[in-house]
Amino acid sequence: MSSADIYRELILDYYRNPRNFGKLEKFDISAHDTNPLCGDEIEMQIRVGENSKIEEIKFSGRGCAISQASASMLTELAKGKPLEWVKLVAKEDVFKMLGDPELGPSRVKCALLGMKVLKTGVYGYLGAHYEDPEPGT
Amino acid sequence: MLKTEAVDVERIRRDFPILKRTVHGKRLVYLDNAATTQKPQAVIDSLVDYYSRYNSNVHRSVHTLGEEATAAYEGARGKVARFVGARANETVFVRGTTEATNLVRFAWGEKQVKKGDLLLATRMEHHSNIVPWQLLAKSKGATLKFVGITPDGNLDMEELDRLLGESPKLLAFTHCSNVLGTINDVANVSRKAHKAGATTVVDGAQSVPHFPVDLSALDVDFYAFSGHKMLGPTGIGALIGRKALLEDMDPYEGGGEMIREVFDDHSTWNDVPYKFEAGTVNIADAIGLGAAVDYLTSIGMDKVREHEIRLLDYARETLSKVKGLHVYGPEDSKERSGLIAFNYADVHPHDLATILDEEGIAIRSGHHCAQPLMRCLNVSATSRASFHVYNSYDDIDALKQGIMKAGAIFKV
Repeated sequence: MSSADIYRELILDYYRNPRNFGKLEKFDISAHDTNPLCGDEIEMQIRVGENSKIEEIKFSGRGCAISQASASMLTELAKGKPLEWVKLVAKEDVFKMLGDPELGPSRVKCALLGMKVLKTGVYGYLGAHYEDPEPGT
Repeated sequence: MLKTEAVDVERIRRDFPILKRTVHGKRLVYLDNAATTQKPQAVIDSLVDYYSRYNSNVHRSVHTLGEEATAAYEGARGKVARFVGARANETVFVRGTTEATNLVRFAWGEKQVKKGDLLLATRMEHHSNIVPWQLLAKSKGATLKFVGITPDGNLDMEELDRLLGESPKLLAFTHCSNVLGTINDVANVSRKAHKAGATTVVDGAQSVPHFPVDLSALDVDFYAFSGHKMLGPTGIGALIGRKALLEDMDPYEGGGEMIREVFDDHSTWNDVPYKFEAGTVNIADAIGLGAAVDYLTSIGMDKVREHEIRLLDYARETLSKVKGLHVYGPEDSKERSGLIAFNYADVHPHDLATILDEEGIAIRSGHHCAQPLMRCLNVSATSRASFHVYNSYDDIDALKQGIMKAGAIFKV
């Protein structure tokens, strides 16, 4: 797969016009993380509605096209879903959402940063602890 | 522009076996030399030769292999010292620049720095010349302050003078910025620091590999550099220290080799530099660094510098034609080393690096271990192309073409 495939229209569109970008005035969940290797940065805020549903979700941060597009697309996917849904999200879902780009190990971390922040925030709210499945990789 | 080479690049390239490989089916264009350089066959051979012919521990073995290994290890120390205008008995082998600054932090800092003292670093430091001083300040209750930079990427000399007026104990600064390329006037800055009573720790990781350095003319207290950035192996570097300071310092690590006598309740220390080289040292890589010094000397560091200036001029001219590309650091190539940090439109450096990699081009993207500087420049990351003696004008043309490809993909 070539980089022209990685950076397809979809990813560039979300990079340049991120959906759900910004901050919430009122929120119940907030989480933030960085990718220490490259400095990508994502913050997510969630307002929890009735039946523990994700009523409102926004993200902010800066970084590469892959990290920012991935976080933005994830917020769209998460909106309206029950919090428990977040526990079921796997990295394969994120790759699929991005169109299954062929990413090297260092770029995989960019793609998964948004999921890590989302899970960290929601797990904490639910009284659980999210452990990155591949620490140090 | 006149595209003549200051060195015979084609001949030099043949000395580096890795340059024959392809990446994604393309010729390897290696432009990440500020991170680490490639190794000439002579350096690789020196490691194989040591392990296959005279591998032995140094200093205490009286058999033939031990004598040969000791002679080669100490010979390498002499080569490294002469290469930078220092003496062998003030040259300590360390893992690299980071271990050198940490050695100074522990062996000098723990003894000399007291509660309430002021330590100074600059905003163009690599983390390896910031974090040890942060840790020292924290453990001692001292304060760490930063000398800023001017908009054109030089040290803010007014702020330096002002902060030196606060009688700092230490000034930690780089000879050459790994992001901006700025070459600092080490002799002048160090003299100012000494007048203010400060001890100087200079990061030479980006200077020693790229231009002639003569420490006998620079008036610094501690100077550190890494072997792997100057065509040598990883895991070896040097700390050069003023003899009197090294002698006054406590040991860094305790163990074998660094002692003179060991009793039940105390020990006495070996002479400098052995006092700071506890345990079995990195013999092979020290010998490899000696071979790298021989190789660089055979080309001539003035020639290496001249070559990099020409590459830099050519790169700046070539990249200036790319719309939306912004280069950081001083304008004049003679005031900077052979590297270019830049940003290209809204293409994030990591995305650019991924696209370039597909063309066989290796650059560095990210914060370059200089986050305080990134904040100064108000960016989260930059791309960086950095040169060494085996880079050619063709490499720079390839870089430009790769950037244009990224521009097409990102519709810049």
